[in-house]
Amino acid sequence: MKRKKKMITTNPRPQAGGFFLAKRPLALAQKASKDLLGLKETSRERIVEILQISQNYKERLQSQQKKGDELRGKTLMNLFFEPSTRTRVSFELAAKNLSAELMNMSPATSSLSKGESLKDMIANLEAMNPHIMVVRHAVSGVPGFIARNTRAAVINAGDGSHEHPTQGLLDLFTVKEKLGEIKGLHLVIVGDIAYSRVARSNIYGFTKLGAKITVVGPATLIPPGLDQLGVKVGHDLDQCLPHADVVMLLRIQKERQETLNFPSLTEYSRFFGLTKERRARMNPKAIIMHPGPINRGIEIDPDVADNIGAEQGPQSVILNQVHNGTAVRMAVLALYGANS
Amino acid sequence: MNLLIKNGRLLDPATGQDGLFDLLCAKGKIAQVAPKGKIKSEGATVIDATGCVLTPGFIDMHTHLREPGFEHKETIETGTQSAAAGGFTSIVCMANTNPVNDNAVITEFIVRKAKEKGIVNVFPIGAISRGLEGKSLADIGQMTEAGIVGISDDGHTVMNSALMRKALQYAKGFNLLVVSHAEDENLSGHGSINEGLVATELGLPGSPNAAEEIIVARDILLAELTGAKLHIAHLSTRVGLELVAAAKKRGVTVTCEVTPHHFTLTDEAVRGYNTQAKMRPPLRSEEDRLALCRGLKDGIIDVIATDHAPHASFEKEVEFTEAANGIVGLETALSLGLRLVQAKVISLARLIELLSCNPARILGLKEKGRIAVGADADLTLFDPEKKRKLEPRMLHSKSHNTPFNDWELTGTIQYTIVGGNVVYQP
Repeated sequence: MKRKKKMITTNPRPQAGGFFLAKRPLALAQKASKDLLGLKETSRERIVEILQISQNYKERLQSQQKKGDELRGKTLMNLFFEPSTRTRVSFELAAKNLSAELMNMSPATSSLSKGESLKDMIANLEAMNPHIMVVRHAVSGVPGFIARNTRAAVINAGDGSHEHPTQGLLDLFTVKEKLGEIKGLHLVIVGDIAYSRVARSNIYGFTKLGAKITVVGPATLIPPGLDQLGVKVGHDLDQCLPHADVVMLLRIQKERQETLNFPSLTEYSRFFGLTKERRARMNPKAIIMHPGPINRGIEIDPDVADNIGAEQGPQSVILNQVHNGTAVRMAVLALYGANS
Repeated sequence: MNLLIKNGRLLDPATGQDGLFDLLCAKGKIAQVAPKGKIKSEGATVIDATGCVLTPGFIDMHTHLREPGFEHKETIETGTQSAAAGGFTSIVCMANTNPVNDNAVITEFIVRKAKEKGIVNVFPIGAISRGLEGKSLADIGQMTEAGIVGISDDGHTVMNSALMRKALQYAKGFNLLVVSHAEDENLSGHGSINEGLVATELGLPGSPNAAEEIIVARDILLAELTGAKLHIAHLSTRVGLELVAAAKKRGVTVTCEVTPHHFTLTDEAVRGYNTQAKMRPPLRSEEDRLALCRGLKDGIIDVIATDHAPHASFEKEVEFTEAANGIVGLETALSLGLRLVQAKVISLARLIELLSCNPARILGLKEKGRIAVGADADLTLFDPEKKRKLEPRMLHSKSHNTPFNDWELTGTIQYTIVGGNVVYQP
């Protein structure tokens, strides 16, 4: 019944010739993986394929015949261990448009101290033969953990500070739609890079499609090792802005950031908020993105968010992102749900 | 019954012996050592050690036996069976049981249970602070009377420097070793993974090397201030090692240990949210790992200790942040050490020094860790060439949490002998 997937392949022998090299665990081969856990493991070709299918669905959604039978007879479980409105509803809508049987669950976050373990819970859900599980969880890695314990296709809807692949895909889709081509674009991601799963998915996605990426934020929110991912790190937003084709603002998680990683929201806003003045210094053709929910007046000026005074550009595409989310998630569900 | 071990390669760095010698055990002691074929075997049980290496029994300075309180993970019985299967004839067990070993009653319980159920020698470590809370001193003197060989709050750091100073001062009065779990708990946060690229990619909070090094430096300074004997547990960073090297040069009474997993693996092993690679201190970078290998080679590191930390599968097969820290280590230590020998990082003699002679010296176990007439007949006999593929069911520990599943390991224990009695053979 249960598929056991080995997480790590190791070569126990020291490598010949070298000075006792540590073995690098080989990344799990992910040819046509049953799950979408992150864009790091998703090939460039697969990403391009998803974006193409998304385009088809977007066109279908604009037509009379919105609904299709792609997932008729298949059960989709929306497992949102962490609260979410936008993403959950977006998946729900996508599932309904594909005629899936939908179940929404918001289980209390599992822990050993609270009775049933996550593994047992998944074993129970597995016994009901779901075809797709859409998982959001506050702990990095949980969708992968679930994927190893179910035959269902697992779609990561955001895990801790790890990845949010469908957000990355819909961001790619939106940028492609607005600017034509990803390759050669300069993406500037602003804010909390350390804790952001959106930042990670976008770093992998945009890098794979040939964009240049600079991240800017308080030094306390820039994690180590980004240079090894091909990402440039800046600390002066004003310096980066004029060269950006896409400025992506990240949500400041007020509840956990304040006093820990920077002195105050006022100070954050002063150095990293996208004000009208800063917008005026951007390339007029550039676009402004935000995964939401936005903190008005902190990472983004309300007028910038609402495109007030943006007739000459640059435009905020925040609501386009949300809009495109449905088509992109339909593509993901149809693709990964097809064989589940 | 006398025991004669013949035809083996006897290797004892403590006495400098290395060659084909036979050895006779009688009345729990080593009775005779002589060139191959020179000991008469009348009435003795004979072990043919052809092709094998006979060394003083291994001594693990760092295990968690989990009893009392966590018997679902390990007991003194199963833990000592695991030790014997790994060639360890003596083990030192940490105080983080439940109740904590912070008073003589618990120490006496462990000592008595080890006598009844244990198949190797068990030497308890007492807590530094009552309840491992870092607030007041545990009953250090009374526990010493009951049989502890050192004190440690292992698993926690005594964050209050004044209390740590007092612990070192007080322990000195009892000539007791103080073992430091070095981790600035404010700086390490909840990190069970090294701060660096892997942690960034996985989106997990990392713990920087500095969290360990700050306490290594502090405790060295406090040992210098008090003149107490300090032992740094599971050292994992390059700079930490440099701090110890510099302290030794100044004449500070400090020693240190590394674990096999820290000199074998790096934080790359955590990829895929592998909870079997989750431990404190975390697996570090390749640079740190290589520094540990150099430290083993050049003598700065005194001891290889396993930090044997058994956990039930349901405590590991959970969300990464919820998973228990640590791995079982007793039954893989020799093979992982032999990898260093094969890679010509260290000699076999040096490996035995790290596994046996030095721990005996640091713990003050005068009749152990060496092969000499009159010394305890605690011996390990292993085949350094024989290979096995590690499978969980092979382990004698109650728990099977190891990142080395499916590894092809070289070196197999053939006999473990405690007090002249065979306690393990495969």
